[in-house]
Amino acid sequence: MIKNIDACRAIEEHRGDALVVTTMGAGNAQFGWPQVTNNQAEDIPVGGAMGKASSFALGLALAQPGKRVIIMDGDGSLVMNLGTLTTISETAPPNLYHFVFENGVYAVTGGQPIPAKGKINFKEMAQGAGYAAAYDFDNLEDLATNLDGIFQQKGPVLVNLRIIPEIENTPIHLRQRAKRNTVMAVEEVRQALSAG
Amino acid sequence: MGQPEREERTRMVDQQQEAVLHPQAIISELKKNRITHVVWLPDSETNFMYEQLLAEPSVDLVPVAREGETMAIAAGLWVGGKRPVALIQNTGIFESGDSIRGLGLDVGQPLVMLVGYRGWDRHGVSPDSAAKFIEHILHAWGINYYLVETDDDAWRISLAMEEAERESRPVAVLVGTEFGA
Repeated sequence: MIKNIDACRAIEEHRGDALVVTTMGAGNAQFGWPQVTNNQAEDIPVGGAMGKASSFALGLALAQPGKRVIIMDGDGSLVMNLGTLTTISETAPPNLYHFVFENGVYAVTGGQPIPAKGKINFKEMAQGAGYAAAYDFDNLEDLATNLDGIFQQKGPVLVNLRIIPEIENTPIHLRQRAKRNTVMAVEEVRQALSAG
Repeated sequence: MGQPEREERTRMVDQQQEAVLHPQAIISELKKNRITHVVWLPDSETNFMYEQLLAEPSVDLVPVAREGETMAIAAGLWVGGKRPVALIQNTGIFESGDSIRGLGLDVGQPLVMLVGYRGWDRHGVSPDSAAKFIEHILHAWGINYYLVETDDDAWRISLAMEEAERESRPVAVLVGTEFGA
């Protein structure tokens, strides 16, 4: 099993000039992407649309074929929007890299299990949907060793990561929030991309 | 009005409508507004556009598995510098509520949503709850909308595009007929 922050750190080391879309645990302000990013100006946290961060990333990848787009999805988010696997497969953007942070729970709501926890296999689902490639890692060393090769491949690629759950039980209004929210990021990234 | 008379009247109205709204009228509006992508899930009201949209080189079709994906994909396209529209049925609007809220209204996406108006009846006698609720739902969200029934109404799509850009928010175009072949 991999710690959330370690997975984020490993991906950051191979990010290059990629646009990064995060949601849920991967984008957690205390133990996620905001703690490790070296290019916040091209990060877009997408919450609050019931699992649609991967759909947003698909649109971004289609619009920006010259840049890699990394989506750091949650397992609960993906099961809310499973059709995204077929939509991504159909459009098949070669610049899209879909990471799934599989911790088996809805961590932000108190750790309730996601449907089919322990039975679902995201790697096989991506393969079955027609992704160009799919991987599954349960330890940091294998992930770190393979990331360079993964990013050399044409997408869409799905990389499932077995993550140690970090459950937030602090009342919502007391939780540490990322300073940069979806609305701010959308406006900043849009202007930056349109400026060329 | 008895059932046979109602069916006959419906058939006549459908024939009239099919003769007066053609895919090219819609597509020329999309081209005029430099639309780059149509993010859609097919429905019977917009079915007849499919072949011509596929053949239109200036527009890329992005087919989705479920309507709620459309606003999120469109948001990504928009942030990436493209000019998408969504093309779905009114039933899909009901399904898409949180996407419209989170990645349409909240982020100020100037998205025009072309919406097949299932159950639409200009005589207002539709028993279809999809027709009964759609305008109420759009009102509840504060989303303005225009009705397109014929080729002569197609210019309202440009009106919707201008409003979406000016107000930085989604605007709907309800397609209240089936397209002519």
